[in-house]
Amino acid sequence: MRERFDTDVAVVGGGVVGCAIARELSGFELRLTLLEAGPDVGAGTSKANTALLHTGFDAKPGTLEARLVARGYELLGAYAQRVGIPVERTGALLVAWNEEQVGELPGILERARANGHTDLRELGGDELYAREPSLAAGARGAIAVPGEGLVCPFTTPLAYATEAVLSGCDLRRSTPVTSASRLDGGGFRLATPAGELTARYLVNAAGLHSDELDRMLGHDGFTVTPRRGELIVFDKLARPLVQHIVLAVPTKVTKGVLIAPTVFGNVMLGPTADDVERKDDTESTRAGLDHLMAEGERIMPALVRHEVTAVYAGLRAATEHADYQLTVHAPQGYACVGGIRSTGLSASMAIAEHVREELGAGGLALEPKPGPPPEFRMPNIGERGERPHQRPELIERDDDYGRIVCFCERVTRGELRDALDGPLPAVDLDGLRRRTRAHMGRCQGFFCGAELAALVDEETR
Amino acid sequence: MTLVVLGGGPAGLAAALELRRLDTHDVLVVEREGAAGGIPRHARHQGFGLRDLRRPMSGPAYARRYARLAAAAGVEIRTETMVTGWSPDGPLELTGPGGRELLTPDALILATGCRERPRSARLVPGSRPEGVMTTGTLQQLVYLKQRPVGERALVVGAEHVSFSALLTLAHGGARAVGMTTELPRHQSLRLFRAGTALRWRTPLWTRTAVTAIHGRPRVEEVELTDLDSGVTRSLKCDTVVFTGDWIPDNELAVMGGLAMDPGTRGPRVDAALRTSRAGVFAAGNLLHGAETADVAALSGRHAAAGAAATVRGGGWPEGTVPIECEPPLRWISPSAVAPRGGTPPRHRYLLRSQEFMRRAHVEVVQDGRSLWAGRLPKLVPGRSAGLSYSWAEAVDHAGGPVRVRLASHG
Repeated sequence: MRERFDTDVAVVGGGVVGCAIARELSGFELRLTLLEAGPDVGAGTSKANTALLHTGFDAKPGTLEARLVARGYELLGAYAQRVGIPVERTGALLVAWNEEQVGELPGILERARANGHTDLRELGGDELYAREPSLAAGARGAIAVPGEGLVCPFTTPLAYATEAVLSGCDLRRSTPVTSASRLDGGGFRLATPAGELTARYLVNAAGLHSDELDRMLGHDGFTVTPRRGELIVFDKLARPLVQHIVLAVPTKVTKGVLIAPTVFGNVMLGPTADDVERKDDTESTRAGLDHLMAEGERIMPALVRHEVTAVYAGLRAATEHADYQLTVHAPQGYACVGGIRSTGLSASMAIAEHVREELGAGGLALEPKPGPPPEFRMPNIGERGERPHQRPELIERDDDYGRIVCFCERVTRGELRDALDGPLPAVDLDGLRRRTRAHMGRCQGFFCGAELAALVDEETR
Repeated sequence: MTLVVLGGGPAGLAAALELRRLDTHDVLVVEREGAAGGIPRHARHQGFGLRDLRRPMSGPAYARRYARLAAAAGVEIRTETMVTGWSPDGPLELTGPGGRELLTPDALILATGCRERPRSARLVPGSRPEGVMTTGTLQQLVYLKQRPVGERALVVGAEHVSFSALLTLAHGGARAVGMTTELPRHQSLRLFRAGTALRWRTPLWTRTAVTAIHGRPRVEEVELTDLDSGVTRSLKCDTVVFTGDWIPDNELAVMGGLAMDPGTRGPRVDAALRTSRAGVFAAGNLLHGAETADVAALSGRHAAAGAAATVRGGGWPEGTVPIECEPPLRWISPSAVAPRGGTPPRHRYLLRSQEFMRRAHVEVVQDGRSLWAGRLPKLVPGRSAGLSYSWAEAVDHAGGPVRVRLASHG
């Protein structure tokens, strides 16, 4: 019966959620296909976010999001350590700047307790400034959230996809699904520019476009309204200014602007939150950048004196609903994973686990593959871990790991070569950037831009 | 004795050559690129070498000549080698294809140069398409990699280097559809401007800002805003070159704990180009952003003389007083005065303004006492004016900072 379909399970969308689901299912005896519209996995919303590893302390208690973020935090933390995804456990400080905000703090602690987080505590001004001395004057108090951390937004989906591919998942990049329909008697037909594909089961992880795919299949549960977040990344020389993730007291409308280190050793300021019309409108705006710089000036004036290294904008897949739109239509063999907003990176593995359990309960035969999962380790691009240029024994074995091509980010020729090769090779400069950090630094290509362009051309021609 | 020069561009190579001329110590130049020579390697236009080598040549010829002279003088040049670690009291850590190495030189000259401020650092909003670059990338694409650069290019900036970008675009087969500057006029030589107007009919739009970049995957259009009227218009192009607005490549200087000058963003040095750290000198465009290559080379030569004197047993000065500029003056270099500190490179201080001015009345004061006053014929943003050094001997080394300002301001 299986052979009636080209594949057993098709996962549509190679963002962090789709990749996590593909990884989760790749441990079972299934024919698995992951379809990504763009040239690479993790290159949409997944690459342009605040890259925080959330505990979920501030989620609405009792929601699916609260449960999956808490579970995903544990799963991703452990997985990151196993396969080499950069994580930094900095902890967060949620800072109150006036009496009104101080008044909000007990409620935030209460909600955290309701979510099962008991390690938060209130700090007075003195202790706050002892911990975060570069904060602007005038902070009244704070809540310390020790569990909050940073996770590499680039390596995470790449690691999931790498494991899936090593386990036999058929990854098809640059393959958008242009139409989808249910077949009589069960299963699905997907049309792509590269031809049709039939699948017994379908997982919709299409992110910003998940509502469109859902409608093609006859559902009408939600509408995605892209919510744009602009971010400013400051020079590495600013990194000593910031010790923790500095959060704002949330309002009904927004979680506010935060300041956080990045796993690459920079400091990030953002995001804004603006509903936009188009699902590809990732442009930064004058108003957005001015707002962020003003907020930066208010929260940490020393930060905004530093040079800006990068500006970017990403789109959250917000819907009219407060919670994730995660529905498994068991009789149809269809799982819709929509409305995964800012917390998707932290929750990704738990979402995948949830989808796998629900599909299994609905009848998907899940027979574990014999033997252990594939052994692999992601190249470390985090600032805290050891990079190839810091390993003399590696340079001795292959001197390309001693040839630094991208000076600002210290990326060697050996790493660039590896990123253009292997199970999930980069196909363009952006892919190379997300795999190695090349071109991400303060010079933005002044020194190595031409060299990288030539290298990508040569390798991908 | 080991003398180490960090950076193998004009300043670094000229420093190394001078060190070899002045003594017989080992001189090591550390260069992170695959070849020594620095930015002139990919600046194909003429006009290099006038002040230092006394003959005009193209950038690549100039770079090759320096590398050859240095090698012939017995300077060891280690290419593809980068300083990956340094601390305020630690050794230098070098990384290259030969592995890692720690060095504790007897004297060190930092000559790490400068780079152009990229689009992101200028906070120009919009999409992030291909086709947005600095002149440095443009020159390397065209001259070192022989790669196409688009068809219709906008050049942002009107400094010397912006005109070099026009030449490079023409060589690469792109048409420069315009040149913008937020200032009321260009900052280069009248000859360059007249030449480009005649040769390529490239319009210069003054008091104009690039306020957005649109397009995907490549640049499709930019939004230009007239700063006086606020009127915006869009311009179709597929390439945007952000030129000039130089910043010192100062990461190493900061890592090494050197006192930095907030105006130049380079390390603070005295007239002998000594930094705040004993045995460490800084030279060339690391000090202040771009001067021409020959000026950088002469600065390197000047630092070498100081370094040679230091390793012969000269001490490190105490009682160094900083020099500070008041707006609209932007920076001065060198920006510290040491007791008996000697004369600065080329017998002048370099002074920059953020505004165009003619016959500016400038004064140098310390603790309310006038050290010098006089008129400078012309101040142009992005170009340096020479300021007399005659007042330096009169500085009180127990006093407050020396201040440089327009006389009308005080």
